[in-house]
Amino acid sequence: MATPLLQVCNLVVEFPTRRGTLTAVDDISFDIAEGEVLGVVGESGAGKSMTGAAVIGLLEPPGRIASGEILLEGRRIDNLPYEKMRRIRGREIGAIFQDPLTSLNPLYSIGRQLTETIMTHTDMTPTQARARAVELLAEVGIPAPERRVDQYPHQFSGGMRQRVVIALALCVNPRLIIADEPTTALDVSIQAQIIALLKRLCREHGTAVMLVTHDMGVIAETADRVAVMYAGRIAEIGPVREVIKNAKHPYTHGLMGSIPAIGHDADRLEQIPGSMPRLTDIPRGCAFNPRCLHAFDRCRQDRPELIAVEDGQVSCWLYDTSAGRTTAEAKAIVASRSGTAMERADG
Amino acid sequence: MAEAAKIHDPAASGTVLKVAGLKRYFDVSAPWLNRVLERQPRQILKAVDGIDLEIARGETFGLVGESGCGKSTVARLIVGLHGPTAGSIELEGRNIAGLSRKQMGPVRRRLQMIFQDPYASLNPRWRVRDIVAEPIRAFGLAADKAAVDRRVGELLEQVRLNPRDGEKFPHEFSGGQRQRISIARALASNPEFLVCDEPTSALDVSVQAQILNLMRDLQRDLGLTYLFISHNLAVVYHISNRVGVMYLGKMVEQAPAKTLFTTPRHPYTRLLLDTIPDLDMTGRERTPVGGEVPNPITPPPGCSFHPRCPFATERCRAEMPQPLAMPGGATVACHGVEEGRVPDGPVLAAPAAPKGVTSVHAPE
Amino acid sequence: MADAHTSAPGLLDPLRRFFDGDVWASFKRSPVTVGAAAVTLAYFMMAAFGPWIAPHDPFDLAKLDLLDSLIPPAWMADGDPRFLLGTDDQGRDMLSAIIYGSRVSLLIGFASVLLSMVIGIGLGLLSGFVGGAIDAFIMRMAEIQLSFPAILVALLINGVVIGYFKTHPEWQVDQVTLAYVVLVLSIGLSNWVQYARTVRGSTLVERGKEYVQAAHVIGIHPAKIMLRHILPNVMGPVLVIATIQLALAVIAEATLSFLGVGVPPTEPSLGTLIRIGNDYLFSGEWWVTIFPGAALAILVLAVNLLGDWLRDALNPKLR
Repeated sequence: MATPLLQVCNLVVEFPTRRGTLTAVDDISFDIAEGEVLGVVGESGAGKSMTGAAVIGLLEPPGRIASGEILLEGRRIDNLPYEKMRRIRGREIGAIFQDPLTSLNPLYSIGRQLTETIMTHTDMTPTQARARAVELLAEVGIPAPERRVDQYPHQFSGGMRQRVVIALALCVNPRLIIADEPTTALDVSIQAQIIALLKRLCREHGTAVMLVTHDMGVIAETADRVAVMYAGRIAEIGPVREVIKNAKHPYTHGLMGSIPAIGHDADRLEQIPGSMPRLTDIPRGCAFNPRCLHAFDRCRQDRPELIAVEDGQVSCWLYDTSAGRTTAEAKAIVASRSGTAMERADG
Repeated sequence: MAEAAKIHDPAASGTVLKVAGLKRYFDVSAPWLNRVLERQPRQILKAVDGIDLEIARGETFGLVGESGCGKSTVARLIVGLHGPTAGSIELEGRNIAGLSRKQMGPVRRRLQMIFQDPYASLNPRWRVRDIVAEPIRAFGLAADKAAVDRRVGELLEQVRLNPRDGEKFPHEFSGGQRQRISIARALASNPEFLVCDEPTSALDVSVQAQILNLMRDLQRDLGLTYLFISHNLAVVYHISNRVGVMYLGKMVEQAPAKTLFTTPRHPYTRLLLDTIPDLDMTGRERTPVGGEVPNPITPPPGCSFHPRCPFATERCRAEMPQPLAMPGGATVACHGVEEGRVPDGPVLAAPAAPKGVTSVHAPE
Repeated sequence: MADAHTSAPGLLDPLRRFFDGDVWASFKRSPVTVGAAAVTLAYFMMAAFGPWIAPHDPFDLAKLDLLDSLIPPAWMADGDPRFLLGTDDQGRDMLSAIIYGSRVSLLIGFASVLLSMVIGIGLGLLSGFVGGAIDAFIMRMAEIQLSFPAILVALLINGVVIGYFKTHPEWQVDQVTLAYVVLVLSIGLSNWVQYARTVRGSTLVERGKEYVQAAHVIGIHPAKIMLRHILPNVMGPVLVIATIQLALAVIAEATLSFLGVGVPPTEPSLGTLIRIGNDYLFSGEWWVTIFPGAALAILVLAVNLLGDWLRDALNPKLR
């Protein structure tokens, strides 16, 4: 197989503060193949946005990449000087952020923002760039693009603005797009449209996507593979169908159980007791162990590595075959719920 | 818990809240001088344009819709934060629409609200115990300071927090915990009816599950009635007995939850249900209907959904549909359904677009 | 599940919180700010303990001796070790005069800032919370007042109040107290607009927040909501403005005194001293004006630097 498009190896992102160093991303590794959509899912504080920011080189100081490597087509990009990274950003890696209101400069017309980006990264003339901009607007489904290309962001609705942002991200055909919660700020019916658009365009252009979100539904519709993050670490990573329907890690399992679904009539939703630990209070061993119904001694001592299981990887000691347990047994344990406990005080 | 809610007047009918013809218009015109100089017309935003609903005791009514549909305005009208432009709001038979602040006093004890943003709904400068005690003091429900403190401790325990958390400030708590504090505050006056405005939309999924379970338990233990507002259909399905769907200020469909989700009738309801992501991984191909919610200040004439509706006819463009009673306790406001043009049949079970629904429109 | 919230809060908690916090840390980090704070503190100490520190009492007319007038500072020829920084034309010891003068300046400065704050916060809250015609009226008043320089407004008020007292001689108030009251009134009344505008803006923001709506839903009286819910949350920027306004108030008092409409010349403030000394500047007795001038400038600079730091430290976006 060819080299993966993006390789993240043992990435650690730290925030030095007065009170000590906070580790926002704690030694994670994953790959994205050409044209693949990898979902990175997690709750607030899991570190998924930090990962996206680290890959594209937009970590806000004092946050910094403390160790690890990020490779784009085999070349390291995490240690590049600002100028070189700037050229890669936009040309090879595009970005789509959550809030379409602030992603576009309100003072410049859409056309100007598009042509500026196009001309920075290619050597088209202004006329060519403008034609390309109109083409792109049509591609993302903006009606009457020749007229709307000269309009300003405030003249577009939220969904339209997000389409423009997608156009901006795709305008110079990057190999990879980092999309950070691209649909969270939109209405549900618009979300569906934007997701469909993103899927279609990325398939047509062969663009890989790193889709960072907390919304499992978006992942289910869009991603090929998904990585579940918890407290700055990867809990589980695998094909999306596997992770959603047959979650292996107890956290993923609990997470899927707590999502209400039409057609599932339950009086109560499954709830995971407690809450995600703060970055200053990560427990020893497996970060999930205080909340895990199946935790045993080793979980409290050693941090689990990513163990290959079937098509994916899980970071859970239950799947450590050297302990004498088979994968099937482990899955059975995770799937057996001892009833949802009514917790008195969640942390 | 000795302080269970006192059910007012057991002889009353099962209906706790009845809303009829509720309207709220906002005048969003430019200032007078600008209007005169630039010759602009008055602009009226019809946030809520005539809705009816009824909620029975102990029930949860889910109100669902996208942004701009007016559901939050309905919430605020019911608790008296806005006065209605027209229509009535009857709490146990008594019309509370448009009452003065003084008259609303005793009513407020029975009717409280939980808000969406856990960070903005608690005063950052007050301690938690003062926040929760405010309704107790305002309604004079406890004799002295010791009684107030006791009650606050009880309430915090009820929402599964530690009574000692009362000494802390809101910023020391997570989003889910703050929402629990909000719930404790809302319960402090022993209300019968709670309006919940997107209480879990700002929370993570696992925290949402905890809060929804808590609300379920409290409803059972205290005999509460909920009006639950959300844009998340799955959550509404899970927690509601009846559901109402709003679009641009109007109620387009109302039905028992199961009925609405298995046999949605109104084309907009179908569109909404179609946007629910496929977490069962059935590989269902979604055919998203195009277009966006129009500007509420200048809604389309006739049925406000007609520009996006696959079944729109001339009548739809001209005439506004009235709510029509349907079998199974449903109400639908749609000419197509009335005329039998919109085919029945569940949408969710089918892996592909159901027969009769035309292919996706190009986006507007 | 064992809770971490087991320690009961103590009296030292707010102090502990403050010294743990970012504000104190940023203070320690900036030598300029520490210096400015030290200087300001020194002035306050000087003002508080003035009568015990000063070598002489310059306000006691009986002790003054005209033969002691215009003596140069002690280190110069003709200097007198009794009068470290020399004397003015009345024979007042400059050092003592500066100490006592700073007292006057700071007292008037504080009082007028307090007055502006109360008026400004009150009107700003009312404006932002009630809105509508009241808001429009208050804001127009503010704009009209802003179009006049503060000193002119102060002079105007000064004239009006003095005229009023002149036509009502039965209101026997001694000159000094009258002068102080008039000064505080005129400076205070001419500087409320800053507070009002800032507080109005913050009030508008807070008013839309859900905790205020929750208070409405509980049925709390609007006045109570304004004072108990909104006021504590809009005070932050006020502190910064107050610090900077203190410096401005001190200068305003100095200006008014310099112009002759401030404190009576028998109990001079820094401004009066500067005025007195001005006449002697070019005839060679520079110390009469330079020393009070320097004292004023240093005080104002220190307070301004402190205000600058406070504004940055309290700005959540910069943290």
